[in-house]
Amino acid sequence: MTILVIAEHDNKVVAPATLNTVAAAAKIGGDIHVLVAGQGVGALAEAAVKIAGVSKVLVADNAAYAHQLPENVAPLVAALAQEAGATGYSHILAAATSNGKNILPRVAAALDVDQISEIISVESTDTFKRPIYAGNAIATVQSNAAVKVITVRATGFDPVAAEGGSASVEAVAAAHDAGTSSFVGEELAKSDRPELTAAKIVVSGGRGMQNGDNFKHLYALADKLGAAVGASRAAVDAGFVPNDMQVGQTGKIVAPQLYIAVGISGAIQHLAGMKDSKVIVAINKDEEAPIFQVADYGLVGDLFDLVPELAQTL
Amino acid sequence: MKVLVAVKRVVDYNVKVRVKADNSGVDLANVKMSMNPFCEIAVEEAVRLKEKGVATEIVVVSVGPSTAQEQLRTALALGADRAILVESAEDLTSLAVAKLLKAVVDKEQPQLVILGKQAIDSDNNQTGQMLAALSGYGQGTFASKVEISGDSVAVTREIDGGAQTVSLKLPAIVTTDLRLNEPRYASLPNIMKAKKKPLEVLTPDALGVSTASTNKTLKVEAPAARSAGIKVKSVAELVEKLKNEAKVL
Repeated sequence: MTILVIAEHDNKVVAPATLNTVAAAAKIGGDIHVLVAGQGVGALAEAAVKIAGVSKVLVADNAAYAHQLPENVAPLVAALAQEAGATGYSHILAAATSNGKNILPRVAAALDVDQISEIISVESTDTFKRPIYAGNAIATVQSNAAVKVITVRATGFDPVAAEGGSASVEAVAAAHDAGTSSFVGEELAKSDRPELTAAKIVVSGGRGMQNGDNFKHLYALADKLGAAVGASRAAVDAGFVPNDMQVGQTGKIVAPQLYIAVGISGAIQHLAGMKDSKVIVAINKDEEAPIFQVADYGLVGDLFDLVPELAQTL
Repeated sequence: MKVLVAVKRVVDYNVKVRVKADNSGVDLANVKMSMNPFCEIAVEEAVRLKEKGVATEIVVVSVGPSTAQEQLRTALALGADRAILVESAEDLTSLAVAKLLKAVVDKEQPQLVILGKQAIDSDNNQTGQMLAALSGYGQGTFASKVEISGDSVAVTREIDGGAQTVSLKLPAIVTTDLRLNEPRYASLPNIMKAKKKPLEVLTPDALGVSTASTNKTLKVEAPAARSAGIKVKSVAELVEKLKNEAKVL
């Protein structure tokens, strides 16, 4: 068995989610190859060869793969799976990031197989568990496809070490350019705090924050804790904070050591994004709020008194 | 231009679902069903394109049981012109649905197909991408803004670090994210008018599509319950518990 993991990257660094995906591949067992597709990705390939447990790094360095447009990358991945033939890839894995979710179903359809999305555990080489209904049920799914196409929920697997591996490097010459799409531009939110999905502590605010300015209380607390700051959909929709901070079924899925929910009622859709956190703390003035049903520690009161007090105590 | 919108009948997003005792699935008997929230956004976007004079006809399609006609009627009441139901009582995978939609796309030849980014029941987030692959069209997933100019569409997409804009040649596939728009409500006169709009019923057989799957769901379980927590009285007590009991600080 050989497993192909598609590296998640921003053309500068290999994203931590790749390490969780390699961990899932290691649980399946077999040779692990990593595909780095992009433009000018030499340095990324050098980082990828050091990932523990990876035996080969495939480098597809081509202008067609800059920005990783799915119309171009998906045919590349599908071709790699097909070219390899009988001795080829048994599994194709990508992290369930916006990139992985964008590209992988296109690969699965090209290979005429069903995909399994956002697995949280590996039961055997062909059987996996994944949450459905916003995490209110866990399905065990078996695939009899020749090539199993899977996205991996990063928070379900502990990452492998980024150093210590010694994989070989192989250049992939193929250049697939479908010519149906082009990159126009991007606008990335700037943040000095840890990345939300990788942070050990997350402090999130909801509608109870009342306005965007009040998020400064959460930033102050987060800086004391070295935490990332998240938000509920209500806070994002109200324009308090940008949407890439949203935690939930339709936003980011996080599972930090400590999740502090401030002024968040705890709707099903929000819980789907954070209920696998190790310890959950809720600060809310409404003691009937559903968030208290999942919180390990609840504090009832006015967040505008309690959050600054908490930041001071630390 | 013609716009095709795919909608799915799913359990209402406010319902707290229960897993069946025999672990065969979740209990959907006598549970409120609705149009998937992301599909509502897709319908709204199509209607807005029509209001701007960009779209000339909106065809709404659903793949599912005969009861999915209710959701198609809702879409018609919101402004779609006609509806197609591909009737199948089975629980179809995203790939099977994408294949059926591809057959409808071949038949209808729309310039733009709009789907939701994911259905809140299966949480797959696959169908739009798969349809794009099968039809060979470009895909603008997780769209927060859609602008059509001439023979291309500029789609602003929500990505992990912020937003990205891509330009796609038409015909193209777009999947909606939550912030694309705020769906409208259907008015009573429009609900009445929708009853008279055409609704065509097809079957997978008639479309010549096999819905065989490579996946099998072995069981469905309730997630592990979190043990009940406690309410603390003060910030000092909270910090003490986090340091000494939970040991996360």
